[in-house]
Amino acid sequence: MKSFIEYIVSIFKGVWTLLIGMKITGKYVFTPWKHVTHQYPENRDTLVMFERFRGEVIMPHTDNNEHKCTGCGICEINCPNGSIEIISKSIITPEGKKKRAIDQHIYHLGMCTLCNLCVKACPTGAIVMGQNFEHAVWDRSKLTKVLNQPGSKISEGVKE
Amino acid sequence: MSEIKEVIVKTDRLATDKYQVNMGPQHPSTHGVLRLLVTLEGEKVLNVQPHTGYIHSGIEKMCEAITYPQIIHLTDRMDYLSAHMSNEAVALCVENALQIEVPDRVKYIRTIMDELTRLASHQLWWCVYGMDLGALTTFFYGLRDRELILDIFEETCGARMTVSYNTPGGLMFDIHPNFQKRVKDYIKYFKTKLPEYDQLLSGNVIMRERTEGIGYLTLEEAIDFGVTGPSGRASGFSSDVRKHQPYSAYPLVKFNEILDHRCDSLARYEVRIKEMWESISIIEQLIDNIPEGDYALKMKGVLKLPEGEFYQRVETARGEFGVFIVSDGKKNPYRIKFRSPGFSNLFALNKMAKGHKIADLVAIMSTLDLIIPDIDR
Amino acid sequence: MAFNIYDFTTLTHDIHVGLAESFSPFLATTIEWVIVGVVYLLFVALFGLFLVYAERKVCAAFQQRLGPTRVGPWGIFQTIADFIKLLMKELIMPRKADWFLYNLAPFIVIIASFLAIAVLPFAPGLQSLDFDIGVFYLTAVSSVGVIGILLAGWSSNNKFSLIGAMRSGAQILSYELSVSLSLLTMVIFAGSMQFSVIVEHQRDAWFIFSGHLPAIIAFVVFLIAGTAETNRGPFDLAEAESELVAGFHTEYSGIKFAMFFLAEYINLFIVSAVAATVFLGGWMPLHFGNFESFNHVMDFIPPVIWFFMKVLTVIFIIMWFKWTFPRLRVDQILTLEWKYLLPINLVNILLMALVVLTKFHF
Repeated sequence: MKSFIEYIVSIFKGVWTLLIGMKITGKYVFTPWKHVTHQYPENRDTLVMFERFRGEVIMPHTDNNEHKCTGCGICEINCPNGSIEIISKSIITPEGKKKRAIDQHIYHLGMCTLCNLCVKACPTGAIVMGQNFEHAVWDRSKLTKVLNQPGSKISEGVKE
Repeated sequence: MSEIKEVIVKTDRLATDKYQVNMGPQHPSTHGVLRLLVTLEGEKVLNVQPHTGYIHSGIEKMCEAITYPQIIHLTDRMDYLSAHMSNEAVALCVENALQIEVPDRVKYIRTIMDELTRLASHQLWWCVYGMDLGALTTFFYGLRDRELILDIFEETCGARMTVSYNTPGGLMFDIHPNFQKRVKDYIKYFKTKLPEYDQLLSGNVIMRERTEGIGYLTLEEAIDFGVTGPSGRASGFSSDVRKHQPYSAYPLVKFNEILDHRCDSLARYEVRIKEMWESISIIEQLIDNIPEGDYALKMKGVLKLPEGEFYQRVETARGEFGVFIVSDGKKNPYRIKFRSPGFSNLFALNKMAKGHKIADLVAIMSTLDLIIPDIDR
Repeated sequence: MAFNIYDFTTLTHDIHVGLAESFSPFLATTIEWVIVGVVYLLFVALFGLFLVYAERKVCAAFQQRLGPTRVGPWGIFQTIADFIKLLMKELIMPRKADWFLYNLAPFIVIIASFLAIAVLPFAPGLQSLDFDIGVFYLTAVSSVGVIGILLAGWSSNNKFSLIGAMRSGAQILSYELSVSLSLLTMVIFAGSMQFSVIVEHQRDAWFIFSGHLPAIIAFVVFLIAGTAETNRGPFDLAEAESELVAGFHTEYSGIKFAMFFLAEYINLFIVSAVAATVFLGGWMPLHFGNFESFNHVMDFIPPVIWFFMKVLTVIFIIMWFKWTFPRLRVDQILTLEWKYLLPINLVNILLMALVVLTKFHF
């Protein structure tokens, strides 16, 4: 007799747990306007990434096409897998001294793991992390970028 | 009459064939590239032999060519759901070897991020577990809640999953001004959602029927295999590194180590749900009391560890993760070895799944919460 | 031609008279058969497409997301795109498969579904076959679908398809019992097996209201057994066992797979329509005994709309089951049937017989 009562009670308990489960999903199906989907390509105008988001490494330039990179090569040393290549050249300053300047700051976006070590190590703050994350290209050579724009030179007053 | 009796006795045991089936590397339920060679007899599982190595990336070898701060970003990618804890293990190992003490602020922030990572990892485990059992909506509920934690990570650390926030000597940058408010709002939100997890899956009679008594792993077997983490604690194996060898801010918080003695799949499930509650309580204790200070010590440009061997263990969401560094005085480690919790947990699968049916095998493997890149490195 | 949306008998009568005048009786009957066949085919095709789209949208609503939105406005052409893709796929046949049975199996499953749809009363006058053993015919004919599934598993020459087919077959055969017994309960209450009579008896109140407790128990049992019949919801191990063992339709591709897929959704429609007819009143509007004004207001909605509203409600409940519960293992499915549903059904029949004899109902 006892097992028969247990049998009946187990049926009711089981059905009750199922109904509780249905109540949870029912709460969401009857409020379909509270969906969590972002309509991605359409919301590009209003999509703002966080300022610390690591999308790619960029070298910000001022309006006069000036940057802060001295060509010291510390970022190249700190990069774990060789995504940065620094090609520097020698220029003559107005005082007549020889100084090192950056010729090409080559950045392999295809190899970069976005670990942020180069940005942290840069003594002048020349490179920062940009927020662009749409890097898909049809041609792999486009993933090798030169970060300093052509014809740009270093800003005045940037200390080594 | 006697003839009929003979016939009945002869056909009492029908011979069935043993056959081997590959749950191959590409499979929707193996949580990664893992090959299981399953020997079946009819419906019953006789033997499960895992073949690992399909995603071996040579991380330990790569670490021999780079310096200590650069190892951190590689440890992200092993157990990607407990990225922060793996980073912290390497950072702690280097700091202990150099015998430096980080500021209190760093310890608090590291512990808060640890517990957030543990929450995120358990949420992902829960949603995938429900999906493996067949309740497909749990996948989306778990992910919906996890997205908010990933937003917190993105605002402070810059990346959602592969955070690389730790560095030997402290953190890479200070927490964002919005961090505390976001975490507090999230805790308030998640406290209303976690009971829903219980109502949707834990209490469900179908779920109980499928997990109670399935996948038994006794305490002795758990210790023999070295099954740490929630899977081991469900068998009664008290191995929580946060309690036995506390690090960072864990000595300052009060929390319980969740032990369960039922040893089956349901126990492993409930231990993780209770751990989520404990994580919430730890974060609540720490979030308002972060001390002021530096976010990192000033370290030399090139770190050189003294000669010797150093070991550091932390408690990831899967179990005990250990970093063993053999240094010969240079700026690269001579050899680095990671003790991954998944590797030990995986090989207890054979013991747990023997005698059960095929449908149970996937459910049991899901309760172990395996991340295959953690096993293969 | 008079088109009265409240009573289709005028339309069918006009068509019949019109054909009989112009053609010989044999030709008129043949043309009527063709018209009925084409109407049913169109209905099944369109409703199948609609159901697949509805399932995806409802599933998305449960999961707090949007579902198909890009193919056409609100994604309504998504199913058409899926079916065009399925049609363009290559039809592969395993080498040692039994050619005749392999190609026959999908057709048997679809034919069983069509046979069952023929008896359903959509509206007064929109019922093509009105046997006086309607319920009996329905349960008999829906059992024919099992043959299709077993043939599909056997003829594929694949160990795992066979296991999946046998499991599916065992499940469907067991739950046939529950379905038939719960329908039998309502036949006892209605006093007749003919569908139009069953619907007519619900003019004052639907059976689920007038046959209180036994009818409600029978309804719940019918819903559970109905979802198990269609291999859906928490009982879908035959298809989702593609975790390890593939289901019975693993060797089918292209249009043949589309037929199995469509047959599953049509079976869902049939189970819902039978539940709506026998328990919820078919095309009968909601009447409450003597409240004349209320009944009069309810009568304004055409019976066809009532029928489809009820069917869609039951379909929604069955979808709710699928997206909430985890899957049951095969031995648990059979335990549920033989140890729980069957005794409950038998006790329920006894209870219903008592209720009818003592006239303890509304």
